[in-house]
Order: sequence, then C-alpha cells, then structure tokens
Amino acid sequence: MADVVATHETIVVVGGGISGMTAAVEAAETGKNVILLERAPSLGGRVSQLYKYFPKLCHPTCGMEINLRRLRGNKRIKVLTQAEVRKIEGHAGDYKLSVTLHPRYVNDNCTACGECGQAVSAEIPNPFDYGMSRMKAAYLPSLMAYPQRYVIDPSILGTADAEKAKAACKYGAIDLDMKPETITLSAGAVVWATGWRPYDAAKIQPYGYDRFANVITSVEFERLSDPRGPTAGRIVRPSDGKEAKNVAFIQCAGSRDRNHLKHCSRICCMASLKQTTYMREHFGDEAQSTIYYIDIRAIDRFEDFYQKVQADPAVRFLKSKVANITEDEATGDVILHGVDTEGYHRYDNRHDLCVLAVGMEPSVDVRSIADVRVDASGFIELGATDGGIFGAGCAANALDVNRSVQSATASVLRAVQVVNRVAKAEG
Amino acid sequence: MGDINTAMAEQYRNDFLKEVEANVEDGQWVKMCMQCGVCSGSCPLGPAWEHPPQEIFMMIRAGRRDEVLKSESMWMCTSCYNCIVRCPRELPITHIMHGLANYAHRLGLAPKMNPTRRFAKKFWNNLAKTGRVNEIELSVGLYFMDGFKTGIARAWAMKDIGIGMLKAKRLNPFGFVTHKGCKDKKGIQRMLKKAREIEDRRKGFAA
Repeated sequence: MADVVATHETIVVVGGGISGMTAAVEAAETGKNVILLERAPSLGGRVSQLYKYFPKLCHPTCGMEINLRRLRGNKRIKVLTQAEVRKIEGHAGDYKLSVTLHPRYVNDNCTACGECGQAVSAEIPNPFDYGMSRMKAAYLPSLMAYPQRYVIDPSILGTADAEKAKAACKYGAIDLDMKPETITLSAGAVVWATGWRPYDAAKIQPYGYDRFANVITSVEFERLSDPRGPTAGRIVRPSDGKEAKNVAFIQCAGSRDRNHLKHCSRICCMASLKQTTYMREHFGDEAQSTIYYIDIRAIDRFEDFYQKVQADPAVRFLKSKVANITEDEATGDVILHGVDTEGYHRYDNRHDLCVLAVGMEPSVDVRSIADVRVDASGFIELGATDGGIFGAGCAANALDVNRSVQSATASVLRAVQVVNRVAKAEG
Repeated sequence: MGDINTAMAEQYRNDFLKEVEANVEDGQWVKMCMQCGVCSGSCPLGPAWEHPPQEIFMMIRAGRRDEVLKSESMWMCTSCYNCIVRCPRELPITHIMHGLANYAHRLGLAPKMNPTRRFAKKFWNNLAKTGRVNEIELSVGLYFMDGFKTGIARAWAMKDIGIGMLKAKRLNPFGFVTHKGCKDKKGIQRMLKKAREIEDRRKGFAA
C-alpha cells in the first residue's frame, strides 16, 4: 500500500460507521490528514442497516449520502476498507498502528456492473440482513456501499465459481491471487470509533431466542420493516411467513442486568417506541404492539415521542420484565409469562412475534489492541488516558445516532489538539 | 400526645425497611429491588403466593409491617433458586424469604398453623437434639402432627415409598432406639445455645 502516506500529524480514525465517518470528515475539514479504517468491505456501519431513525423517522440513506459527499470531496481523507487494526503502540504524537488488510479479490477497475454476481451460483448468509437472507458469494455489500465495488467471498476461492466470476468480468477487476497484507501506519492521534454489536440474545436463556423461530431481535425487526430488507418490507413471522400483526416488544433484553450487560443501553426504549410506528405504518388500526418494560427511558427531549406513542390505541404498555417465553408448537405463537408490576397480576400473553430490544456492547475488545482504560462494560473512558487515543460514538458509550455524532466531533477536537501540538514541536 | 394520636401516628411510622435491614438475614438487599417482576414470574409456586416476592419487597418499603410478617407468602418458598438466577440485580431472594420467615417466627407473628413453619420447627428440634436428623422419628412425627387418624392415612398413602426406602436401606426402621446422633451431643447443644444468645442480644429478641 505505497499510496498511504501517514505522518505524526495524521489522524487515524478506526471504524467507518456514523461516528467514524463524522470524525474523519470533521478532522479533514479542519485541514488535517486523515486515514479512515473500516473492517467491513463498505462504510456505513450499523446505522445503514436501520429502516428509519428516531425521532424524525427519516431514512439513514439520506444522512449517509450527505456524509459520503463530504468524504469523497475531501482529498485529505484516505479510506481503507477490510482493514483491521491489530496493535497500537507508542504515545501521543507518535503512534504506530499495525493494520491487516484483508483481500477483496476485486481491484479498482470494478464498475459494480454485477456480472460476477450473476455468474456465481454459491450463496452465503447476508450479514447486512443479520443472516435473514442469502446472497451470492460475489456481492455488493449494500445498495449504498462505499466504495461501490464488489467483493468475492473467500469461501468460493479455488472453486469453479471463482473462475466463473473472473471470466464474467469485462474489466479485469477480479484478482484471485490477492493476499492479506500487514502494514504499519504512523499517527499523531487515533479516534477509536469501532461502534457496537447487539448483545447475543441466545444468552438470555428464558427467552428462547435460539429455540423459537418467532423470537427475534430489534435489529432483525429493522431489516424486516425495510422495503429493501429480506422480506421487501413485509412484517412477517420467520416460522411460517404469516403477517405479524400482534407483536410483543421486550425491553432491557440483556441490558440493566448483572447476569448480562450491567449498563442501560439507552437506545432500546426509543427503538421499540419507533418500531411501534412501523407496525402502525404497515397494519394501520389492525396493528397490536405491546411493550413490556421496567421503566421507559425515552431520554432527554424524546419524551414527546413517547407521549405520541402512548396516545396510540394500537400500542399497549405493560410494566413487567417478562420471566420466560414458551412456544405453542401447533401455531408457532409465542406465549409470554410474567407478573404485572401494576397490580401484581399474573399473565400468559399470546403474540404472533416477539421482538427482543437487545442491548449494545462494544464490538471490539480494545484493551487487547491499545493501552486505554475502559469502564465495567468495556466502553472507552472519556479522558482516561493522557495519550492521543480517543473513544468516539458507541465505542465510548451506549449512544444514539445524534449523540454518537456529537461524541465523534468532540473526540476529533481532542485529536486535532494533539496533532497541533506535534506540528508546533516539529516546527 | 394522647393515646389516640400516638396510635394514629404509629400507623404512619415508616421504619420497617430499616428494621428489616437490621434484623433479617440479607435484609440489606431489599432496597436494591427495582420492581421488574422477574422473580414473581419465575416462581414455580407463584400462583400459590398471596404476595409474590416483588410485592413483599414493595410492602416492606411501604411499611406494611403486620401484613408482611403475618403473611403465609414467604413460607411458600421451596428454595428452587429460579428467582436468584434471573434477578437482574442479583438479589438473594430465596435467602431473603427464609430470613423474613425466620424473623416473623422469632417475633411470634408467623401464622401458627402454617405447615412449612411446623415442619421447619420439627426438623430443627429433631436435628438440634443429637446433631443429626433421626429420619424415622421426623417422618412419623410429621405424618402424625395433625392427629392419629390423619397420621395413619398419610403413612398409608406413602407406604410404597417407605417400603422402597427400607429395601434400599435408606431408612432405618429401628431408628427410634438405635439412632446415635453425633459424638459430642452436649457440645453441639452448648454451641447452638451460645449462637442463640448472641443472636438474641444482637437483634433484641427477648431471651
């Protein structure tokens, strides 16, 4: 990678989701040189997998488009995808990052024409849909993918499929001999924005996510609702494809629980409130949403959103942490068992589908990579190091999109101060 | 203040939570409950409880001393530990229930005829006497605690299990006379007496 120039005055941003993209653009627009590293083949992160975001219920593609426009137009940003940071050594003003670049098997000649995808017959689970759909092993990660280049999945290497893909390409873009390479980057400061992953719902044993087809997670429900998702936007049950008009949302699935995640993940209450609006959008007055909650934490100025949802007769609120879920094998319905805190009534409620509002956990254990301090949940502590590595977005805390962007901008301000100090010292 | 005033004021005295924290084993955990209800929903005997654990915790905080201590509810606990395993705040709910039951018993407020309380008393007396449970004495005592006629009926209903245990040598039919207990019976009794004195002093129970 001879074309990557990095000095002590470079800011490296790790993670190309909403926080990382914001950080990269903000830093570059102050005149700093930025290298943006992303582990996946495309920028966008988890936000691009949402159907809509709260509170305005606009589509993430819009914000993505604005950010990509700022990013592409800025010569100071170098984007490396399929890049994984292994180790960060050094100190503020002088870091060395060891980075593995995984092969895409497709070079810059790719025009995203899609011929290779049509030629290949092997299919793999699509991570963009959390595995709810399958895709060809030569694929474009998503419609909004940046860079707009196909990816050959390593599972078809050495098979006839790989050769078919190569033969189908009119531009000589497919290079099956690409190898992983490890490079070392210099940096004055690092913005660590590796984001979050949904908590593994199968670990919440009484809810049976691993046993019952009709218990899904909130991120999967986003994909079900999206017209570009695995069901073309039809909210249906995974077990039999029947329309799910009666849906239960379970809050704090994994969060605020010392057996799972100790912290409140902050976004899940708003996410479920938002998802009840998807239900109304799809089914009108026939929609039935029930939210099982300990207490609703529609943080900050989102209280009015909560009140609007409360006023909807299609949404019921039940103050109770569900004890366990069973399945009616004949119909595939899920039955939620528990005791209602308001009156201590025992219930056994039947629903078509159950959505677990799963918590957020940091997607990467940063302690094995860099010398930073993290809190009890693994989030990077603000100002905990005197160095030049700064957590941003969901690597630093459980945050919504709005706050992630604020957090990213704040981290960039700190990173800029570090490289300014270096520039002054070097004259 | 007149007696009526005092009596009225007494109703609103709200230090029961502090009393529980001071005197009930693991009572200091009660204030940690966030009323999510997962314990009540997870209890296999849940429908049989008048007040599920979550409600008991709220009643303690609301100062409803008599209702809590005279309740049959905590005597329903079978120590399955489902609630402890699932409690998001790791409250030792099973232990608190036993603590409450014991505290109510020591104050003489526990329901007199509660079968769990009566069995617990029989078990304790049996154990404390020789330091080791005399099984035949305990089970016969348990069958006949409501009189001779019901005792015969209960023993008859359990006869197959009893015979099975005899055959497997899990029950000594001559236990009434051959039960030996521990070596230093007097020592154990002295130890228990001392422990009781310390507890009484600490918690202010009348000796």
